[in-house]
Amino acid sequence: MFIQTVLLAALDGLSYGAQVFLVAVGLSLIFGVLRIVNVAHGSLYAIGAYVTATFGLFIAAAGWSPWLTFPAMALSACLVGIIVGGALEVSLLRRIYGQEQVLQLLLTFAVFMILEDLQKAVWGVTPFFVNTPLSLLGTANILGINYSIYQLVVVPLVAVIVLVSLRYILRHTRIGRIVTAVADDRETSAAMGVDATRVYLLTFMTGASLAAFGGALASGATSLVPGMGAGMIILSFAVAATAGLGRIEGAAVAALMIGLGRSIAVYIAPEFDAVVPYLIMFVVLLFKPKGLFSVPQTRKV
Amino acid sequence: MLRRSLGALCAVWLWISPTLAADKPKELVVGITTFLSGPASVFGVPGKNAADLLIANLNAKGGILGVPLRAIFIDEGAGANQLMSEYRRVVLNEKAEVMLASISSTSCLALAPVAEDLEVPNILWDCSSPRIFEDNNYKYNVRTQAHTGAEMLAAALYLVKNKPDFKTVAGVNQDYAAGRDQWALFITALKSMKPDIQVVAELFPKFGAPDYSTEISRLQALRPDVIVNTSWGGDLDTFVQQAAARGVMTQATYVFPLGESSLERLGNAMPSGVIIGARGDHYFRHPKYMQDVDFQNFVKSYREKTHAYPIYPVFHMAQAISALTGAYEKASKANDVPWPSKEQLMAAFRDLKFRGLTSEISIREDNQGLEDQLIGTTLWSPEYGFAILDRMSIYPAKLVTPPMGQRSADWLAKIKPEMANDPSIETFAAQR
Repeated sequence: MFIQTVLLAALDGLSYGAQVFLVAVGLSLIFGVLRIVNVAHGSLYAIGAYVTATFGLFIAAAGWSPWLTFPAMALSACLVGIIVGGALEVSLLRRIYGQEQVLQLLLTFAVFMILEDLQKAVWGVTPFFVNTPLSLLGTANILGINYSIYQLVVVPLVAVIVLVSLRYILRHTRIGRIVTAVADDRETSAAMGVDATRVYLLTFMTGASLAAFGGALASGATSLVPGMGAGMIILSFAVAATAGLGRIEGAAVAALMIGLGRSIAVYIAPEFDAVVPYLIMFVVLLFKPKGLFSVPQTRKV
Repeated sequence: MLRRSLGALCAVWLWISPTLAADKPKELVVGITTFLSGPASVFGVPGKNAADLLIANLNAKGGILGVPLRAIFIDEGAGANQLMSEYRRVVLNEKAEVMLASISSTSCLALAPVAEDLEVPNILWDCSSPRIFEDNNYKYNVRTQAHTGAEMLAAALYLVKNKPDFKTVAGVNQDYAAGRDQWALFITALKSMKPDIQVVAELFPKFGAPDYSTEISRLQALRPDVIVNTSWGGDLDTFVQQAAARGVMTQATYVFPLGESSLERLGNAMPSGVIIGARGDHYFRHPKYMQDVDFQNFVKSYREKTHAYPIYPVFHMAQAISALTGAYEKASKANDVPWPSKEQLMAAFRDLKFRGLTSEISIREDNQGLEDQLIGTTLWSPEYGFAILDRMSIYPAKLVTPPMGQRSADWLAKIKPEMANDPSIETFAAQR
């Protein structure tokens, strides 16, 4: 019975963890390179979801194939990352690199508040959703439980593809090495001819696209309501802090831990399910204050 | 001697002056707190839209006693501290004579003492916490609707009457004060009627959760006969669409006591056979008023303005404005004054009978509104493109509202199963 419970909880946790990972990994990437804790990341998640839902509604209204909803997700994420993310980086964030973290937090929080209002102005406050992905892919019966294939297979698969791609790009490609070099020492990289400003812009747009992609995937299974970005950014921070800010593989492990922890709580002690992510973060930070996957850094004297 | 007489005269004047009529103002400033931001704005904005529409209609007819209304809206989503500051500002600086506050139980519990402190008439227009009048004795606060005790009891009565053969129940409720109160009152009422039922799960997913996969898996594994979900807004929508996609909406009897507001948004995700409550007798297809011209006109004009059918906060706003109008007119007539004082106004609320858009509501001695409760079962409607309510029952306010002076939890623990068959309950036949 216990094994069955753990197995079922693992399947549920996998889907939930994958969803959170997609958003948290963008946050980690941005912090790892730009050294900015971007509170507005939650808004990019929400805008990604809203834009995808808008495309979905347009596809349905135009009578096009519902399968187009899937490429529309990727397209929405890219558009949000490039347009909103790019505009944010160029107009605001590049003015505060290297400044005190309190200032960065305040500015990104202000952007978050503005974007929240902008969402209401554009999409209103009525919850809406496009459940095409859920209904198109149907369900699978595992251990007597019906699971939605979209949530159990598609979302985790996309998360794995994102993780593997990011690892490969950062470690085995020229652009990855440039990004790593700029993250390590911007001034020296610039002195060696790297256009660090452009690297920062591209990295921020990629991180923003990942947040928007998380929202795009969520839009296929959840209602879009005002404030949805706030809930996700808190959870993403919990994942990023547990992993160690800037640790991409760590974000995957932490997201999985939090997803599994929450699922097991729902099965065994439901009254604790809301606090489990923060309990995991608390326990990890108690023993490893810089996160599970933090690495010792050289102190410059 | 003269000094003593003058002193006594002044004392008498000070004592009686608050009860005297006030000067008739050029406009009646009404402060309205409602959620304009955050997840609860899905109710707050329809409430504001209703207020705009109803006040415009009222002003077109000359306002209240010839005084036009001017509404000042305050965002409840800004947080308790800012809400209280804004509330005080609107009363003290903007000279609001009446306040309509609020939606959230938390806001109401925080603002009710502030209204007493400022001595401003405060209409609790959409909040449902029974604690407001069960824990306090307020002079300037009045509620123009029912509270959670009545809402949960009506849903439990409908379930016991229409689906009597169940043995196991599970609850899914938002993890915040109202969600926990709603579940506690519902299950108390249910257990007092069916003491042998077994509660197999009490799940409290966090407020605003984007994913209920785990809760749905858990419910599938447990296979309860009845699943109660007291969530509202996007949370309920998400739960239903995820449960529907996994084919589990037909594996149990679902009860959504606050589900009326989600029907239109959920479209074909909401299946037939779900028990739905309307937080009062509020429904755009109300079986008694659907053919009523005023009712029809309002639904039509609301739809033209918002492109949606009215949901319960819209009806609650109508009740608040109707009660305000009724109380001013009653106070003016009773005291034979052109414009009553706030004390005269508050006195007029007691035993006031008024109609919003649906059935008549009355205000009790403890300032609690007595409002009928409408519960029905969903039926898919190709005409509307979403599920409508069928086999509706209307539970009279006097039957389901805990008596004055008694706490809801104590009273609900003593009710008898016979109440489900009380002859005062109106039932409406199935449509197919």
